[in-house]
Amino acid sequence: MPHFTKPEAGSWTENYPELGTSPVNYEDSIDPAYYEAEKEAIFKRTWLNVGRVEQVPKVGSYFTKELAVADTSLVIVRGKDKEIRAFHNVCRHRGNKLVWNDYPGEEVKGTCRQFTCKYHAWRYSLDGDLTFVQQEKEFFDLDKADYGLKLVRCEVWEGFIFVNLDPEAQPLKEYLGEFAKGLEGYPFHEMTEVFTYKAEIGSNWKLFIDAFAEFYHAPVLHMKQAVKDEADKLFNVGYEALHYEIHSPHSMISSWGGMSPPKDLTIVKPIERALRSGLFGPWEAPDIEGLDNLPTGLNPGRHRAWGNDSFEFFPNMTLLIWKPGWYLTYHYWPTAVDRHLFEANLYFVPAKTARERLKQELAAVTFKEYALQDGNTLEATQTMLKSRVVTEFPLCDQELLLRHLHKTVADYVKEHTDAAQ
Amino acid sequence: MLPSEFAALEPFSEWILESERDRYSKRLASSMEEMQSFYDAAFPLLEQASDHLDKFPLSELPEQERNLLLLMFSLVNVSFPVEVWKQARVPDSGAAYMDLVVEPKV
Repeated sequence: MPHFTKPEAGSWTENYPELGTSPVNYEDSIDPAYYEAEKEAIFKRTWLNVGRVEQVPKVGSYFTKELAVADTSLVIVRGKDKEIRAFHNVCRHRGNKLVWNDYPGEEVKGTCRQFTCKYHAWRYSLDGDLTFVQQEKEFFDLDKADYGLKLVRCEVWEGFIFVNLDPEAQPLKEYLGEFAKGLEGYPFHEMTEVFTYKAEIGSNWKLFIDAFAEFYHAPVLHMKQAVKDEADKLFNVGYEALHYEIHSPHSMISSWGGMSPPKDLTIVKPIERALRSGLFGPWEAPDIEGLDNLPTGLNPGRHRAWGNDSFEFFPNMTLLIWKPGWYLTYHYWPTAVDRHLFEANLYFVPAKTARERLKQELAAVTFKEYALQDGNTLEATQTMLKSRVVTEFPLCDQELLLRHLHKTVADYVKEHTDAAQ
Repeated sequence: MLPSEFAALEPFSEWILESERDRYSKRLASSMEEMQSFYDAAFPLLEQASDHLDKFPLSELPEQERNLLLLMFSLVNVSFPVEVWKQARVPDSGAAYMDLVVEPKV
């Protein structure tokens, strides 16, 4: 018997008949040619979240973003007019990477008045104009106006900075669609205290999204995270979401929040009881405006037991909002068919007291304990998918978002391939 | 190094560490016995430490209080091995790592 009502169609999956219910082929996660196709069809054409406005607080603040999956590096900077712009991180003279420190492949951040190339000292304004050429008279009919930095589409939604390498792409808000509209007004801007985790993972990027887009695995893989009786209970109950929704190419899953706080305090670890915090974050909401009347896009199933909503913004951004008033983002940046860089950011309202800060520390440390187990499992999955011993995998109703992700990727790749022929 | 009320924790001052990376590294390099004795001394003082620290604005903690907070961060970090794992490493985590590259300053 399901604990929560399913749609009239009979299951969440059948509520979206275009997805089908048959087993799914994971060739898309091991075929190098498919990975190349994804780069062209998806990562060079969709809106990619590269950070938040707080990372470029004032005129001249900048950071770089390595986009191996789109074969480029970008520099994101706040200009003199306060506008945030993105440029390809390449000097127009001889193609040197413009902004970097000791190691060309590492991302950097800082504040400057202009960008100066290390190689021959060509300079660019914060708006991307070429302003100085060393020994300019040595060049031949060089008009500096023709050699500004290459601009990249850059738009901001609710403080999240997105870029798109396709100049013809639809506007960001239109692309993000219903889900983004439903989240507008959430006090993201108050949650400026950040914990950033990074890891290199030996799996295809989609496999980590798969891991975080379903919680069916949680009572099993993470069983030892709970005290024994609770772990046994969770295992027997399994996992069911409160609600799923798809507005392609994006999707979301809505979950219960029984651990924040738990009804029975004996089920959580002593440190959680002491600090009143844990994986689900600090149990009490911070004292800020905007948490009492949540945007309509949150808790779409209108359940009393609601605890969090996790949105998958295609292709590679997860935005997970927790009921007690904090959120996190995951980004999966592919570097090869079987590798990607994983980045997780936990965002809290800045702690005013040591006790609040300790609660956040526990939430952040707990996140890492879980994520290590997830990340390690993926490498095991990747190697066995690659063996092709098994090629078709059944997905259950709680794995709806995975089914949707792989189909969406396939649709993008097919559309792009068809258009090229 | 610590406020006088917390003198009992002075023997564990090597757990006063600046970053999560340092704290996690020390956890991996410690035996269960070492972590257990630190936990047994520090956990009963967590509530009292929180009360004491909350008398100060977080951004202006005196040095001894700041040390106490860093020590409590280490307590949070070793609570997993002590309370659930019975080992320093996260089970089933193999060679996986997660680097905390940005954390709020205290």
